[in-house]
Amino acid sequence: MSPSGSAETIVGRGNREGADLFREWFEELGVAAAEERGAAYVFVMGSLAELLRTFDFPIVFPEINSLQTAVRRVAHEYLDEAEDYGYSPDICGYVKADVAVQLRRGDHPMGRVPKPAIAVNTNACNTYIKWAEIWERMYGTPTFTLDVPGTREAGGQTWRGDAAFENDRKYVAAQLTELIGLCEKVSGVKFDVDRLRENMSSANRMSIGWKRVLELNRCRPATFNALTDGTIYLGVANALRGTERGAQYFDELAEEMEYKAEAGLGTISEELYRLIFVGVPCYPLFRRFNEMFTEPGGTFVNSTYLWFASGGSNLGFQYDLEDPLESLAEGLLVSVRDAMDSMFFQTQILSDMVTDYSADGVVYHPIKSCRTVSTGLADSRRDLMDSRDVATLFIESDMMDRRVVSEAQLKNRVDAFFEGLASRRQRAAIG
Amino acid sequence: MNPPTGPGVELFPEWRGKPLDDVLYECRELLEDEEYPTVRRWRQAGGKVLGHFQVYFPEEIAHAAGMLPYKVRGAPVDAVHADSRFGSYLCSILKTSLEIALSGKVELDMFVTHPICDAARNLAAIFGRNFDYPCQILYLPQNANSGYAAGYLRDEYDRLRQKVEEVAGTPVSDDDIRDSLAVYNENRRLLRALYDIKRDTPWVISADEAYVLVAVGGMIRREEHNALLRAVLPEIAERPVRRQDKIRVVYEGGFCEQPPLDLIRSVGRSCYVVDDDLMIGLRWILEDVPTAGDPLLNLATAYLESSSYSPVQHDLRKPKEKMLLERIRAADAKAAIVTAAKMCEPGLEEQVAYIQMLEREDIPYFVSEFEENMTGFDGLEIQLETFLENLLFD
Repeated sequence: MSPSGSAETIVGRGNREGADLFREWFEELGVAAAEERGAAYVFVMGSLAELLRTFDFPIVFPEINSLQTAVRRVAHEYLDEAEDYGYSPDICGYVKADVAVQLRRGDHPMGRVPKPAIAVNTNACNTYIKWAEIWERMYGTPTFTLDVPGTREAGGQTWRGDAAFENDRKYVAAQLTELIGLCEKVSGVKFDVDRLRENMSSANRMSIGWKRVLELNRCRPATFNALTDGTIYLGVANALRGTERGAQYFDELAEEMEYKAEAGLGTISEELYRLIFVGVPCYPLFRRFNEMFTEPGGTFVNSTYLWFASGGSNLGFQYDLEDPLESLAEGLLVSVRDAMDSMFFQTQILSDMVTDYSADGVVYHPIKSCRTVSTGLADSRRDLMDSRDVATLFIESDMMDRRVVSEAQLKNRVDAFFEGLASRRQRAAIG
Repeated sequence: MNPPTGPGVELFPEWRGKPLDDVLYECRELLEDEEYPTVRRWRQAGGKVLGHFQVYFPEEIAHAAGMLPYKVRGAPVDAVHADSRFGSYLCSILKTSLEIALSGKVELDMFVTHPICDAARNLAAIFGRNFDYPCQILYLPQNANSGYAAGYLRDEYDRLRQKVEEVAGTPVSDDDIRDSLAVYNENRRLLRALYDIKRDTPWVISADEAYVLVAVGGMIRREEHNALLRAVLPEIAERPVRRQDKIRVVYEGGFCEQPPLDLIRSVGRSCYVVDDDLMIGLRWILEDVPTAGDPLLNLATAYLESSSYSPVQHDLRKPKEKMLLERIRAADAKAAIVTAAKMCEPGLEEQVAYIQMLEREDIPYFVSEFEENMTGFDGLEIQLETFLENLLFD
């Protein structure tokens, strides 16, 4: 691929344009809210945006709305409001922030969020299901749980042609047909398979780009920071999935990373240690949390977050446009299953990542808010350390709730981790 | 008693030939025995054990293979070995369920969990990393409203059957499953009869007595449980106990992690618990499952169409607050105790909807949280009694 433009225009383009696109997308939601157009509320693991866009629904990602309240340091106001309403301090902070957004009639630090006309969730996270029930109760919103059976046991994935896979695929395909009927009813728009093909084609390009971007971070120095830059890319991957603009963004992002890899350009920090991040970022301290690692020379080269929060797009699954509905079912099954695998059965995935990305350390960050991601991390860490000689760090905080985030304690643990990394390196040098 | 399959050993003989109060005592002893004697006896006799985590599991499939389906429901023990396998902010049942396995108290040949919540679905991977036996997730359908859900579940049960055959080392025919369905149908009838007694004459059986009678069913073969229930139900119905002036309440929140037995006893001292969701998985299917035709399809259909409710099953036909209201009305209860296990996300989320409904319907309610390991109930008992006295003198 030959880069289109100079170093100044190419390097950093993904971050600049990603932030712009993200703002534009949110502004469009504000317009929809002002026009009182109902949105499709969806989630990052199996958003079905390529299908829902054919019914002209504005697409709202409540998870993204919620994390934005934390990044903008106002999450506590929303959490307090939801807890006053009755929700326990011990449930998902994303849910509570959204409850408060709804109680505030869509008022959000980035603008105004339209009400849900329909809610579509997969089962990749059980909280998705409980969350949709809240809108059902608040507004009478029609909700649809698209049930995507996951891997039954470690190493037990099935594929096209296996009887178990075919059973799962038929189930997903049947549900898609049912969902289309519901969308037609709610939107008043007749299903158009050619529009779906077009959106799926864009999703295909985006998936190719995303996979390539992730692969390019294997080079040394890494071309982007998986925790900070990666989160910007993720925002676009979700918000603009199934659009030409989203596909173009990832074409250009892959081009930028190719350019940086070839030119040996890394992230803005010195890359002494290559790290893998496991879990969900600490959004209440987003920048500072990252700096705790980058200041001593750490760079996050990959993360399970970039896998599961992209709904498994990291696989680069390509829809067969000749048979769009069947292929959509297969793609959902394979991709959402992969997203779940990177949360539940991730030991082998992490071991492969350590090898493929030449990682020096793995940072586990379980959080109070998300049991899906966090429950198995301590045991997974033990398992990885049994099989690989790799440094690990286990630190707990939250993605939303600053009451359980202690910067000083985190910093102490991170500093000790880097001392350990330095010591390992010295020992290795001595032989 | 139906002839037992598997090694044919009686797992819980202690109750036989004893008067009712002693039978209930033996049930309580079994439930609280930290050596899990029924599992040990079954294994010593050469039997295989399938441990299944809360809430619902189609035990008939394991039963038909001659295995002991053992309901993994945590335990009031310290998670000495398991604690290091988990982080913070998690419910106790996860840790203690792993603890009883890691400590060697409960030896399994297969473990199955379900995507009932974000935490529990991790258990297959966690058990799988710690034990060599198969550890799986059974993907019960979470889109209960899909027209294809029953067909999907039928095939998922067939996949489970094949795995169970491998572990048990024996084929499982449709007829074997039909025989097991018949055993479980009788069990369901007997459990319904027990709950009829609770509802109609709650003074003859206390909340904790009814609970232990149900809960031991998850520890023994159902033929034995049927024999136990057949023996005690007529005696309970005839028990010479005087009715007291106690408020009739529904207890909600025991669908997964179980409150300590002493807590249930405390509650039962203060009021008549006329219905509840304790161990609801053992009572999930509400009617007989037809034995004619495809037994797996019948079992799958019953899971979806003839079943109870819980916060961990999403079904558009069964909004939980509506179902709780129906439970309260069907039991002619005057109040509700709405609990949740600490850190239980589905339970805590559902509390909000329950409370809003109870407020709307002007039904008095008492809200609390519990943990299976808690030991002091004095404060809770005083609060509950105050709540109930207010109702009595209202």
